[in-house]
Amino acid sequence: MAITYTSGEQVEVYRFSIPATVLIPLAAVFLQAFLPLRFRFFSIFDLPLLVTIGFATARRSPLAGLLTGSFIGILQDSLTHHPIGLYGIALTVVGFGASSLGIKLDVEHSGARFLLTIFFYVVHEVVYFMIARGLVGLHMEWSWPHELLSGVANALLGVLIFMLLDRVKQRT
Amino acid sequence: MDVLGRYRNLIVLVGVLFAQVLGLAVQVKRTTDSESTRLIRIWAVDTVTPLEKALVWAQTSTSNLWHSYFYLRGVRAENRTLKAQIERMSLEQVRMSQDADQARRLQALLAFKEQFISQTMAAQVIGSSGSELSRSVYIDKGERDGIKPDMAVITADGIVGKVLRVYGSTSLVLLIDDQTSGVGALLDKTRLQGILRGTPSGEVVLEKVMSDETVPAGEMVLTSGGDGIFPKGLLVGRVTKVAPGSELFLNIRVRPAADLSKLEEVLVVTKIDERQAQPDQTGAARAIDILAERLPTVPAKPENAVKADAPGSVAPGVAMPGTAAPTSAGSNVKPKAVSPEASAASGAPAARKTASSPSTSEAGSGTSSGTKSAGTPAIKVSPQPVKATGEPKPQPAVEDSPH
Repeated sequence: MAITYTSGEQVEVYRFSIPATVLIPLAAVFLQAFLPLRFRFFSIFDLPLLVTIGFATARRSPLAGLLTGSFIGILQDSLTHHPIGLYGIALTVVGFGASSLGIKLDVEHSGARFLLTIFFYVVHEVVYFMIARGLVGLHMEWSWPHELLSGVANALLGVLIFMLLDRVKQRT
Repeated sequence: MDVLGRYRNLIVLVGVLFAQVLGLAVQVKRTTDSESTRLIRIWAVDTVTPLEKALVWAQTSTSNLWHSYFYLRGVRAENRTLKAQIERMSLEQVRMSQDADQARRLQALLAFKEQFISQTMAAQVIGSSGSELSRSVYIDKGERDGIKPDMAVITADGIVGKVLRVYGSTSLVLLIDDQTSGVGALLDKTRLQGILRGTPSGEVVLEKVMSDETVPAGEMVLTSGGDGIFPKGLLVGRVTKVAPGSELFLNIRVRPAADLSKLEEVLVVTKIDERQAQPDQTGAARAIDILAERLPTVPAKPENAVKADAPGSVAPGVAMPGTAAPTSAGSNVKPKAVSPEASAASGAPAARKTASSPSTSEAGSGTSSGTKSAGTPAIKVSPQPVKATGEPKPQPAVEDSPH
């Protein structure tokens, strides 16, 4: 069993099979596009973001994390009418950050996952907000209560999704 | 080399971010998609939409099967209600068609050009963009079905948006509540014009209406036709709130008539025609018809006289059994609405359109053969050929003849 050592602590590194690596992000993007039409409340969730965090924290490889985030983000961007790169950049940063933090912290517990998801949700929104306003010139409104509430909702769903991802991840 | 290895992750991160920022900057500068970004979008859309289509198809089929064959509770009662509604609407339609005729005559006098939707295509909404900041939906019709960018998308309730991108078998529709959309709109009563835009929070506002104007809440908002996408006069929504806005303009909030959050089926306007208004195909006859309405009507011809006429030809002013007969001589009552079959045989103005067809009148002579033979005063009819059995408008039941 391969184990990485960081700061004297033992941290397990996982990997995902190729079908899981391809199909889970695709399913996340698909559901994100499909479900809000049927269930309006679902638009508060960001499944691609949760999957990015889930993959990044499990793999604990910044390189894999940023590439996964970049791929999922560009896929998500392709379905919108905005320029490609908005979600791409935001998820690249999240993927890199989550995997880097995953090396330092124990993210196997639900409580840690919950807080981590809220944190990265806000990071994602901040990065997206800055790029959308600064680079693309979109008008955006920032509301802390809305962002925090959405963060909590996403974190709750995230904990469930991470549990599902635990079932398909494999030890390296 | 050692430094590169040590900061490898950071360098890759900066590289990936730089590439994306650069790509973003290029896309923002360009107004249209480049070939590479278009390819990425096509791949993504082709990956996601087939599954969406399949799911929507399965959902619709199951729902149709259930509602068409199993769950028929209340259908009989609903049928009765609908029939009553049709009767009410038929009466209303007769009245409105008269108003429309009058409007057309006035428009013709003003050489007014009108736009009208001449062709639409029904499409199913299969998915969304998946982002709250990109308010757009995907429909299951694309280039292969003749869809083109900038086509208007509507529902029976009101306008929805416009086609933004077209792919092989799907299209992306930009909704009117997106912040990048813009629709030329006007207020129904005050006729004030403005631009309808979406906001980041998904609300719809009417901009560019001066703050010294008075706009009541509840007023209808219609398309003005100024954007070149939506024809004039389509329902957009209603004003919900009016407040002083920035600079010299009002902040008018509008609630869209179409429920943009629950779109299932939409109509894509594939053809808009523009034509100059014409009063009617039977313009000359109509004038005399209108006059005839105000004159004493011709008394009914004896039955044997009708038989003496050529088969199939009916003289105007002649009452047929079971039809709406002209009123008695000397009276000046407007004829009631009659069914097309009945009007074809009666002397009512609506019937003269059919009675004055070339088969029944002497084209060019301006006199009806039937009228001549009956010895009744000659009525000038239009020499223009008209449909003998044109599309009949639903009209109320025929009244019994007073004779």
